Amino acid sequence: MLPLPYRVAGRERETGDSVTLHLEPVGARIAPFAPGQFTMLYARGVGEVAISISGDPSLDGATLTQTIRDVGAVSRALCRADLETRIGVRGPYGRGWGLDTAAGRDLVVVAGGVGLAPLRPVLLGALARRAEFGRIVLVAGARTPAEFLFRDQLARWSKQSDLEVELTVDRPADGWTGDVGFVTEPLGRLTIDPTRTTAFLCGPEPMMRFSANVLQGMGLPAADIRVSLERNMKCGAGLCGHCQLGPLLLCRDGPVVDYRQARPLLAIREL
Amino acid sequence: MPTADELLDFPALAGLDAEHRQLLADLAETVTLPPGERIFEEGQVADACWLIRTGRVTLDAGQPAGPRYVVQTLGPGDVLGWSWLVPPYRWQLGASAAEAVTAVRLDAAAMRAAAETDPAFGYPLLLGFVTALLPRLHGTRARLLDLYGNPRDR
Repeated sequence: MLPLPYRVAGRERETGDSVTLHLEPVGARIAPFAPGQFTMLYARGVGEVAISISGDPSLDGATLTQTIRDVGAVSRALCRADLETRIGVRGPYGRGWGLDTAAGRDLVVVAGGVGLAPLRPVLLGALARRAEFGRIVLVAGARTPAEFLFRDQLARWSKQSDLEVELTVDRPADGWTGDVGFVTEPLGRLTIDPTRTTAFLCGPEPMMRFSANVLQGMGLPAADIRVSLERNMKCGAGLCGHCQLGPLLLCRDGPVVDYRQARPLLAIREL
Repeated sequence: MPTADELLDFPALAGLDAEHRQLLADLAETVTLPPGERIFEEGQVADACWLIRTGRVTLDAGQPAGPRYVVQTLGPGDVLGWSWLVPPYRWQLGASAAEAVTAVRLDAAAMRAAAETDPAFGYPLLLGFVTALLPRLHGTRARLLDLYGNPRDR
């Protein structure tokens, strides 16, 4: 449970309120992560917060890549961390996307806003083992073109023949030539084989519900839809109960949950 | 002219039986629109609707002398144009081909006349179009929620 010291070795501003940090261990490093897992990052003297890992799972783990949105005191301190700042890291925690269990199937990845961060390891992991998967489709939405995470990478991915990319924005800007609409719209235009597709969804919960509805309307079973849920993770190890959602402790039993389990829980106003 | 079976490619028409699909096919033509083609303007008579087969279309609003603001894009399988269904049969938005588009163009006045003459054709036709419209309405409402905004700013 003790954080291991890491240093900020790289820093990229993604959007007006989001930053990607590349962290290198000062001494011992945390265990290798699976796509979808998270760490607890500690900003010295401010506090600790759960952050999704957004890096490439096929790398050796020497560098930990995490994308942080400034939504509160701790995340703001992390977003403002300069190079060489020491950050405490615990983890990795939780159940990931289970990419291995989707081998041999088509992947539909649906991301909304900063929800692309925990899905990036899925895409990087699947592309690193491209022959093991069928179609790989990314449908990503953002408020505006400038608010997409990983814009350079999205531009490169859009040109790749082994990955289908559908980008859509709520509000276009000058020069935007992609779609304008909610993610459910390009998602609804896809032709998928529901018997061999696994979908990974991450974003605001209404977005995931709406997207899951579209996918189920296409015949995709709830068991083949996985969503990443966010609650108030504190200990990360299923001990404190802060992240409880019904029968689940999301830091331990999630954050990725299949939609059979998630659907009834997302319909309850307060638990 | 598309065949009745080709119309099955469009979800909006999936509920029509073969006879009614043939009736619709007789009112239809296959069209190709080059990139940038202006399809209709706000305020014009809504005399047709299109079922997009390939390519993308932008829907926009704006001022005559000012910029056009794209409010939505449509793609394969989508229906372009609803204003032909209800009075005053005028387009509420403008539309352009964002890229090369192939589509089935349906004559609105003829469709309406056939639907009014034969409710057994008109009801499933209307139901199909409403079913196709609902996801667009849901998507528009979802955008109004501004879900991707920073929770800090709410």
